[in-house]
Amino acid sequence: MDLGLIIYLMSLLTMGGIYAVLALGLNVQWGFTGLFNAGIAGFLAVGAYTQAILTTPIDRDHLGAYDWPIPLAMVVAMVFSAIVAFAIAKICIRLRSDYLAIATIGIAEILRLVFKNELWATNGPRGVSQIPKAFEGVRFADIDWLTGDLSGWAALRYEAVSRGWMDVPLPTPEERFLTAGLFLGMVVAIVLVLYIALEAARKSPWGRTMSAIRDNETAASAAGKDIEAFRLESFVLGAAMMGLGGAILAQYLKQIDPQVADPLTATFLVWVMLIAGGSANNKGAILGAVLMYAVWSGTEILSQKLLTFLSSDTVGLLTLAEAGEWSIRFAYLRVFLIGLILQFILQRRPQGLLPEKRPKPRPKPSPRSAPEAEKTGSTQA
Amino acid sequence: MMEFLNFYLFPGILLGCIYALGAIGISLTFGILRFSNFAHGDTMVLGVYITLSFVWLTDLHPLVVMPLAMALTAFAMLGMDRAFFKPFRKSPPIMSVIASFGLMLMIRSAVQFFWGTQIQAMVKGIQPPLQWLQPLMLREKQLYILGGTVILMVAMHLLLTRTKIGKAMRAVSDNPDLAALTGINTERVVQATWILGASLAVAAGVFLALDTQVETNMGFKMLLPMFAAAILGGIGKPYGAVLGGMVIGIVEEVSAYPWIGTTPLLNPGYKAGVAFAIMVLMLIWRPQGLLRGRQF
Repeated sequence: MDLGLIIYLMSLLTMGGIYAVLALGLNVQWGFTGLFNAGIAGFLAVGAYTQAILTTPIDRDHLGAYDWPIPLAMVVAMVFSAIVAFAIAKICIRLRSDYLAIATIGIAEILRLVFKNELWATNGPRGVSQIPKAFEGVRFADIDWLTGDLSGWAALRYEAVSRGWMDVPLPTPEERFLTAGLFLGMVVAIVLVLYIALEAARKSPWGRTMSAIRDNETAASAAGKDIEAFRLESFVLGAAMMGLGGAILAQYLKQIDPQVADPLTATFLVWVMLIAGGSANNKGAILGAVLMYAVWSGTEILSQKLLTFLSSDTVGLLTLAEAGEWSIRFAYLRVFLIGLILQFILQRRPQGLLPEKRPKPRPKPSPRSAPEAEKTGSTQA
Repeated sequence: MMEFLNFYLFPGILLGCIYALGAIGISLTFGILRFSNFAHGDTMVLGVYITLSFVWLTDLHPLVVMPLAMALTAFAMLGMDRAFFKPFRKSPPIMSVIASFGLMLMIRSAVQFFWGTQIQAMVKGIQPPLQWLQPLMLREKQLYILGGTVILMVAMHLLLTRTKIGKAMRAVSDNPDLAALTGINTERVVQATWILGASLAVAAGVFLALDTQVETNMGFKMLLPMFAAAILGGIGKPYGAVLGGMVIGIVEEVSAYPWIGTTPLLNPGYKAGVAFAIMVLMLIWRPQGLLRGRQF
């Protein structure tokens, strides 16, 4: 395999992983509890801007120069996202899901306006740049290859900062490759941790209460469950994960602007991912995210290749200017395709690629020990 | 005083007319089909671009070709209903919401693919304010918008109160079970809802395009104020939607007036937030809306 392809696949998996974090967050809200969040972009942007402002080392034209450690900023990004979610959920959670959808779309738009208009904090439409990325400072020299010790990277990042960014020796292509690899590793690890945690939550009484509320609110309420409290928890938890996704995205892109809250790539794509993969199935959310991102990115490359071919000297069907015009138009065709995929799945396979698997309720421990009870066949539940 | 009228109140009333026309469709769809239609704003965009194409083809005034665009868009809406909403009539409403979410982006991307994303002008050239109305500064096109809105509202009122299908629509919106019992053909009512909603949305879009410009994301920008207007007026109440649209349009514009001191009370960049704030306050204080609409 040539290096270009490997780098492409790595970027595909990294972005797919970031989208998987978002899709898992949406799965908590929609899949398990049936809360329609149409403002993923807003929570993502809160996370991304928190990360960007807290970690940028140099005050440029915006709030910043706090130079926080990356992991700490990621945690705060989650907290801020959760606070926004709490405020919105407090108002709308008791109403029918349509209202929540409208309110979340609204809050996402308002947040985009804030990021665009508050120049002193966010640098407006020009955005925040030079966002530190995890593992960025890693140089080959820092790694003790025998023990795999990576502790050198953090020290080096601070050294880079103290010297001012321009003085840092540019990383060699190999070192950039190393950074990308380690970053991908971090994303995969985060997705894995979230997956394991959510699987545990899903099988726990908490998770089963969630799906009970989703499927039959009245019955769950009759069983003594505080529906509003459970919904609120689920919404806030999901939004925190979206904030985390934003924090990772900000690092990966290195620069963000209000376009990060674009409803198309942030909200809509995540919805298609979750529905395609399978709502209420955590594996489905991850699979859908990686798969749909591959479609999204693959069609882009395909259309570029096609246009390069058509405008090449040997074929010469298009001039370069025309090819540029068409490449913009093809982007919209891809959106159309994604929309069509959503409609198709919704009608033909509403449960998605991996349908929901309900956890089996654990038998209540009887006065005697459970295995014994099974042996004798008496199920005193 | 004149400044307030010319630069804040009149623009607010004009915007209110546009929101009102757009919100009627949202409110009726919510009341009769029981879901919030996120594709409504982009149905409007489709109609605006169809109108624009007719203007390019025939060189007539947009308002002359608008009825044709309204008919075509309504026809397209019926087709989209059959393809994307009809399969979910008996499903939970949230399925239709997701479908409308998808349809929203499909329509918009189709418009962007065929017409491109450059900002266009519906009518070329700058219109000066009319001389005979001085010191009021109103342009000819703004009078058209006001007049057009009044005509469409009267037509809608006559349709809803004097025709069989209009009465059936109100009946289904008020009580679907009772309406079905009396033998009303629900499917016909649904079709009439789409036709009425889409036609008025196209009118709202063309008016907005006359007042400002044509762009592909104008539908999405309109979505929030239209929803806010529908909720403010009361879901399923077309007259409530008109009231709500007027209130939101006027408050949006007037909020930028320097009420205290010399700076705008609200940074005009946040105008879009006004609709949202009104909607949130309404959801807290009176979720059924001003005119006692349906509450879910």
